[in-house]
Amino acid sequence: MSILNSHIPEGSISEKWSNHKANIKVVSPANKMKLEIIVVGTGLAGASAAASLSELGYNVKAFCYQDSPRRAHSIAAQGGINAAKNYQNDNDSVYRLFYDTIKGGDYRSREANVHRLAEVSPNIIDQCVAQGVPFAREYGGLLSNRSFGGVLVSRTFYARGQTGQQLLLGAYSALNRQIAEGNVKMYTRHEMLDLVTIDGKARGIIARDMVTGEVKRFGAHAVIIASGGYSNVFFLSTNAMGCNCSASWVCYKKGAFFANPCFVQIHPTCIPVHGSQQSKLTLMSESLRNDGRVWTPKKMEDAEKLRKGIIGPNDIKDEDRDFYLERRYPSYGNLVPRDVASRAAKERCDAGYGVNKEGKAVYLDFKYSIERLGKHTIEKRYGNLFQMYEKITDSDPYKEPMQIYPAIHYTMGGTWVDYNLMTTIPGLYALGEANFSDHGANRLGASALMQGLADGYFVIPYTIGDYLAGEIRVPKIDTNRPEFVEAENAVVARLEKLFHIKGKTPVDHFHKKLGQIMWDKVGMARNAEGLTEAIKEIQELRVEFYKDLLVPGELKNVNPELEKAGRVADFIELGELLARDALNRNESCGGHFREESATDEGEAKRDDENFAYVAAWEYKGIDNEPVLHKEDLVFETIHLTQRSYK
Amino acid sequence: MADIILKKIYVKVWRQNSPKAKGRFETYEVINVSQGTSFLEMIDILNDELILAGKDPIAFDHDCREGICGMCSLYVNGHAHGPDTVVTTCQLHMRRFTEGQTITIEPWRVGAFPVIKDLMVDRTAFEKIQQAGGFVSVNTGGVPDGNVIPIFQDDAEEAMDAAACIGCGACAATCKNSSAMLFVAAKVSQFAKLPQGQVEAKKRAKAMVAKMDELGFGGCTNTGACELACPKSISIAHISRLNREYLKAKLAD
Amino acid sequence: MSNFLNASIGRKVFMSLTGLFLISFLLIHLTLNLFLIFDDSGNLFNQAAHFMATNPIIKIMEPILALGFIIHIIWSGWITLENMKARPIGYASGDQLLKWWEPAKNMFILGGMIAIFLVLHILQFWVKMKITGDPLLNEPLNMPLEAGVEMHNAYALVAGLFKNSVLYDIVYIIGGIFVGLHITHGFWSAFQTIGFNNNNWMKRLKCLANLIGIVFAIGFSAIPLYFLIKF
Ligand SMILES: Cc1cc2nc3c(=O)[nH]c(=O)nc-3n(C[C@H](O)[C@H](O)[C@H](O)COP(=O)(O)OP(=O)(O)OC[C@H]3O[C@@H](n4cnc5c(N)ncnc54)[C@H](O)[C@@H]3O)c2cc1C
Ligand code: HEM
Ligand code: SF4
Ligand code: FES
Repeated sequence: MSILNSHIPEGSISEKWSNHKANIKVVSPANKMKLEIIVVGTGLAGASAAASLSELGYNVKAFCYQDSPRRAHSIAAQGGINAAKNYQNDNDSVYRLFYDTIKGGDYRSREANVHRLAEVSPNIIDQCVAQGVPFAREYGGLLSNRSFGGVLVSRTFYARGQTGQQLLLGAYSALNRQIAEGNVKMYTRHEMLDLVTIDGKARGIIARDMVTGEVKRFGAHAVIIASGGYSNVFFLSTNAMGCNCSASWVCYKKGAFFANPCFVQIHPTCIPVHGSQQSKLTLMSESLRNDGRVWTPKKMEDAEKLRKGIIGPNDIKDEDRDFYLERRYPSYGNLVPRDVASRAAKERCDAGYGVNKEGKAVYLDFKYSIERLGKHTIEKRYGNLFQMYEKITDSDPYKEPMQIYPAIHYTMGGTWVDYNLMTTIPGLYALGEANFSDHGANRLGASALMQGLADGYFVIPYTIGDYLAGEIRVPKIDTNRPEFVEAENAVVARLEKLFHIKGKTPVDHFHKKLGQIMWDKVGMARNAEGLTEAIKEIQELRVEFYKDLLVPGELKNVNPELEKAGRVADFIELGELLARDALNRNESCGGHFREESATDEGEAKRDDENFAYVAAWEYKGIDNEPVLHKEDLVFETIHLTQRSYK
Repeated sequence: MADIILKKIYVKVWRQNSPKAKGRFETYEVINVSQGTSFLEMIDILNDELILAGKDPIAFDHDCREGICGMCSLYVNGHAHGPDTVVTTCQLHMRRFTEGQTITIEPWRVGAFPVIKDLMVDRTAFEKIQQAGGFVSVNTGGVPDGNVIPIFQDDAEEAMDAAACIGCGACAATCKNSSAMLFVAAKVSQFAKLPQGQVEAKKRAKAMVAKMDELGFGGCTNTGACELACPKSISIAHISRLNREYLKAKLAD
Repeated sequence: MSNFLNASIGRKVFMSLTGLFLISFLLIHLTLNLFLIFDDSGNLFNQAAHFMATNPIIKIMEPILALGFIIHIIWSGWITLENMKARPIGYASGDQLLKWWEPAKNMFILGGMIAIFLVLHILQFWVKMKITGDPLLNEPLNMPLEAGVEMHNAYALVAGLFKNSVLYDIVYIIGGIFVGLHITHGFWSAFQTIGFNNNNWMKRLKCLANLIGIVFAIGFSAIPLYFLIKF
């Protein structure tokens, strides 16, 4: 029997959330004023939570590492946000969104959480509209929708190609209002470096002021982690440079289980890596696949000439082009889900058909749709994206096909939470991409924004009350308590340790090395042998890191290298856990592809018999193996089937 | 993809160890940079060399590196966000520079944005302006259905044009008066175009302008430089709308 | 209200309103001045000058005009100073976005030059006509006068100056061009300031501003040029 209790409420799937709300405790307004909550992160999840909680009367302290809450990486989401509004009359419903999300996640998520997500999704849109988010509109003035990511209905709301930005600015404005009223104390350029627990409960954090270098203590009755995903463990990803796993990682080390780390999403349409100096990858919206055709040359000699730059893509005749997605998946063609499209691109490139100098790119060609629809239509649909592509690559996608390649984009795994979004540490919650809960082994397009806001606006304000109702007698947390002192000392000691190694290698080199191991052996296709090697290599890298790291500058000043060193130290440890989890999960599902578990045609094969569970890992010290706890996934409502896009 | 290598360029950078320290320019050589490299990656390369040489790397703000977070902020060769148009510094590429060129990099020079270190500046002033009124006062929950109020498509589009502001500060940095009008106008104009923003329109315009003045930004003299420097092409027509909103509010007092 | 006067937008509104007022004055001024070159006898101009000097509305307007100038000038200094304070440390690499000569960047300098010119202009004409007098003013007129009407020969004064001094011709030509440049920016900017602008009107107003600026520049400099070339 697992020690994990997900606290899934009783009742039929559609009644669980209302039953739960009816049964959980509520804190009185007078008591809310006495309670403090720390929110780490001001992305969609964090900003919405901080604003909503302080509107309720709680005292909130919010943290982000950027100079403004508005810069959280949610800002970069382009495509849109799903909601079961059924505005299009196309038979969308809460159930259908629920079903699509479970299926899209390849049956590795918790039914109850996902259903709740679908249930609150319409409220998100209403909330955002009320805040003044300028969603796209039809001529009649009503909200417009687009379809997204291989579902049958049109339920994605969007604000041009900047949906994440607009939603975040909405939440940011709500947060600003609370800051102005003095209900939220905002700490920008502060990085959380440890969690403080007292008697097993989360009671505060230690954070470093990134301007002065000062290490400070902050106390609260509950702590919320909304610090985003860990894609940067791969070094190159579509995440921002500062995205990190450190906040989640210190919680893991303090006892919060980490779930399904191996579930990471690889996005098929990113601009390929260019040279060795590249610092980050840029996503090209998935919507491009609606009108672009993906291909590589049929003949090996053409591919070789392309790589050498002897010929260009337009020199290859149509009959010599291999539209491999259309060939392999006739019914979905270029619109197969992200994981399938990504693996297919890798397969072609591994087979030697890659088209750029590095051999790691395929074409996404708009020639055909320009012929069919006219340049004007294409320009109207994708003008911005084409311009962005041209700025980066100096090549004109109207004239030459785009080069694309898969890149790490999103992490489904994260801190384990129960139905209340509470982690295994009482009083510690995880929201948004930082938790593991809703997307199973693969996330549908436009669902992360939905989840972040659902968690922050409509879930945590209810569920946190259930815990805090028991804390109303706890006085303001005294940060002079020994637990705080000890945690602060540990943080300072760690910073000093990193700083004083004074080896010969700057931190980026380690990060790149880690990324290389991860991409090669824990990337799109994984096998037991590679994973075992990866674990060993990562461990070696860790030893080398602590021997040879070079951090310049000063401890007590702005020091980006010191910040990075701390983050990379955590990434190295997380990378190992990720590989371990991947090794444990000997099945292919969603974004996780084990070569040992494939059909004869090389498609992913899930193993429900043995792996229909959440893998939650418990930390046991740096030199010990973590312990695996399994939360069995029970599917009461949905019948499990193998995904097929043939 | 042009793959020309710049064999040697010179980078003249403002170095200042802390807000109060005295700053100075230092010139560094950077060798063998591919023109396909982004500008910030060029600084990464330089920083790597500085670290290996036992020197302090150059501090600069950046995060998303795809032109949307608004964190990056360099003044390059007399241009906020560099000589390219409609891009942020992180989207600038070395293609825009030539062999042997000296590239001067300075922090935003705006009195209200004090330097923190080297090229990093403190843009808290922008936060304060937003906090003064850049919101619609609705609490979570209890709002009407999203389709209750139809919004004329052109209005929604114009609101979106304004809302595209990334809060980078290039407008104030490039403006000869260090005026934050474009930034303020973008928010006021977004809400002025939407029914949701009407209720508090007067209060918002007055509060945000008052805050902007209080924080020591200069006044707008309509030079239009901000619009040209803005990586999101926010139009100065929004400034006119802000003026209108503000005057309307003041006349009603 | 007090914080309106002090607010950045409030201050600017004064510039805008006085600026527009000055433009409308200049429009009349230019029209009248052009009589100088369309009638070499000087009669038209003299009649116009006489009308201006005696008409009660114009008499009321004169101090208001002066006030307009004074407010415009004082405020311009105030605004410019405040704006300079907003950037305590400048850029070593300067501003390469707007060209150094663009009027938008040089309004105070252009205005300052205009102000200097204005003083000269007032000394040369207004003071002589209204206070000190000048022998040229008493030159005989080319036309019969109605009984009881006294009229100066303003034409003689103006033409005399322009005919005899190449230096002043040049000064006045430059003055005219500066006024024109000032207005190519000032005109549309004034509407922008009071909120009368949007994406559609932007183009129209800028176009109009350039047109008016050019008309003013050509109009005002045509006069000394005319005398310079013809005489
Ligand atoms: C390029 C791109 C495009 C995307 N497009 C879409 C899309 O179209 N639709 C969709 O649904 N999803 C999309 N996603 C996914 C989605 O944007 C993210 O999953 C989601 O926004 C995450 O929100 P969050 O609030 O959990 O975290 P984030 O927005 O990443 O916020 C993290 C916050 O935590 C803070 N933080 C992190 N670490 C620390 C620390 N140690 N101390 C203090 N603060 C810390 C940061 O400052 C930040 O405020 C996209 C993602 C990317 C990268
Ligand atoms: C001949 C007469 C003048 C006319 C017709 C005129 C007209 C204008 C107009 C229309 C504006 C634009 C106002 C706005 O942007 O809102 C303006 C601005 C300005 N004027 Fe004048 N002006 C004249 C003389 C002067 C003088 C003598 C000075 C003084 C020193 C001056 C200094 C300025 C300055 C500094 C501005 C810029 C303010 C800004 O750009 O916001 N002007 N002028
Ligand atoms: S208006 Fe433009 S330049 Fe100014 S902060 Fe916004 S995006 Fe940056
Ligand atoms: S780093 Fe985000 S906009 Fe440049």
